[in-house]
Amino acid sequence: MDIAVLVKQVPDTYSERKLRDEDHRLDRDAADAVIDEIDSRGVEIALQLTEANGGEVTVVTMGPDRATETLRKALAMGAHKAVHIVDDGLAGSDALTTSAALAAALRTLSFDLVIAGNEATDGRTGSIPSMLAERLDLPAVTQVQKLEVADGVVRAERADEAGYSEVTAPLPAVVSVTEKLTEPRYPNFKGIMAAKSKPVTTLGLAELGITPVAACVVVDATPKPPKSAGQKVTDDGSGGQQVADFLAAQRLI
Amino acid sequence: MSEVLVLAEYTDAGLRKVTAEMLAAAARIGTPAAVVVGAPGTAERLQAELAAAGAAKIYAAESDQVASLVTVPAVRALEAAAAAAGSVGAILLAATVEGREVAGRLAVRLDSGLVADAVDVQVDGTDVVATQSIFGGAYTVRSTVAKGTPIISVRPNSIEVATDQPAAGAGEAVPLEVSLDGVKAATVVASHPEPAGDRPELSAASIVVSGGRGVGSAEHFAVVEALADALGGAVGASRAAVDSGYYPHQFQVGQTGTTVSPQLYVALGISGAIQHRAGMQTSKTIVAVNKDSEAPIFEITDFGVVGDLFDVTPALTEAVKARKQG
Repeated sequence: MDIAVLVKQVPDTYSERKLRDEDHRLDRDAADAVIDEIDSRGVEIALQLTEANGGEVTVVTMGPDRATETLRKALAMGAHKAVHIVDDGLAGSDALTTSAALAAALRTLSFDLVIAGNEATDGRTGSIPSMLAERLDLPAVTQVQKLEVADGVVRAERADEAGYSEVTAPLPAVVSVTEKLTEPRYPNFKGIMAAKSKPVTTLGLAELGITPVAACVVVDATPKPPKSAGQKVTDDGSGGQQVADFLAAQRLI
Repeated sequence: MSEVLVLAEYTDAGLRKVTAEMLAAAARIGTPAAVVVGAPGTAERLQAELAAAGAAKIYAAESDQVASLVTVPAVRALEAAAAAAGSVGAILLAATVEGREVAGRLAVRLDSGLVADAVDVQVDGTDVVATQSIFGGAYTVRSTVAKGTPIISVRPNSIEVATDQPAAGAGEAVPLEVSLDGVKAATVVASHPEPAGDRPELSAASIVVSGGRGVGSAEHFAVVEALADALGGAVGASRAAVDSGYYPHQFQVGQTGTTVSPQLYVALGISGAIQHRAGMQTSKTIVAVNKDSEAPIFEITDFGVVGDLFDVTPALTEAVKARKQG
């Protein structure tokens, strides 16, 4: 079973994230860049599936040169090879163009499954997996909290606001994973060394044969003034009552 | 005025609140029209509620097959409704698991721009302007769609319906023929809704009471639940509490859980890591109880109590009950 896993380099959510003033794009220098945590879970489940069934894991990313770090991280975990979509013309792409580029890259690979995180911690549109399914004409098994792949069929639990559903789809399919699915492994020294010699293919707009289109245009972006701290009291036995009085004064109760 | 399509979200009990919020937003742009996708009889069941919330038309794509396939039937129904309506000013969906996936597929099919998780939708001249609150509320971003029909997913609980209630619509029923032959979609084998109980849904609740690591155990979450019930709110949990097994994952508030923006957010035993704050700091009023006076949650609270949550919370619960009875 061959699996393509989408990974994304994102600003660490434990650091302060900023937009650049001039073009409202992510300021990639303002924060530490890491593999999105949800994607390391995607790599993990792909490794588990190929360890059980054979086949190769290809990690695919789109991003500037520095996103190679994220590919190396996934290769160090055990992925076999990598595809890096990199082109200045793709900087600041919205989801429509990003999905077109990813779909074009996936068409250069053979796969039974495409695995992605359910949503990135920076863009948070949560739309890439379903957009890819539409572009590649594949069933989408999304928001997966439990996954089984056997006999050419994906069986999964799909989580939503109301609970979860049991869903099935034939392979090939697009799967998006939630953080409940599995814990990612840490790369060991051997893996880190091996990753250095694993193949990374780079693809640009010319190879992909797509033209970026700005379907969404940012009008303006305004940083919110940090919320200032209000009143703080130390409980002397009347803390509960004081909160109730505050809520009543705010007409919240 | 062109029609603005709203994908209706509903449960067995009726319309979800976010549907009325989207119809109110749709009325600012054009003529609100609801699209109902589900088992036969669903649109009829929802007709009165949809009309009251402003729907001039109710497009219905109904069949047993529609109800058993994931996401794709709604995509095809919206596509068919857009074709039937002629020109469409925008298509609004709830920024829920299902709504956001429908939006993604639809954006590809209609080759249109998508704005996800909008907290406001307005009209500026002829442009539909969607506002997003990103990086956990650190930035407010306003966007327009430059290609195709604006497709916007709307965060539940962010459009004020009370002050902006559109007039009731005619609710004219328009059946849609949607062919699903040969579509590739996942099939639903069984559904397992969590027993919702009497509490409001987390993402849409106007009051949320959350517990963190400081709650200490699953049993002790009863203290959190009791306050939530006294306030008529939903229960949430920090990632630390969920990871420790104190409370189920679907109640996780934060960067990687549900983003909430209620009128009142009460944080009990939550230190306030950036991960958590990213999911709740746009709440209108924030109250916290924590033993550690240096906990970062206090940087964003309107009213903070440094103390033992097991002393403060039961007293608060009793005071709230007393006030409600009085």
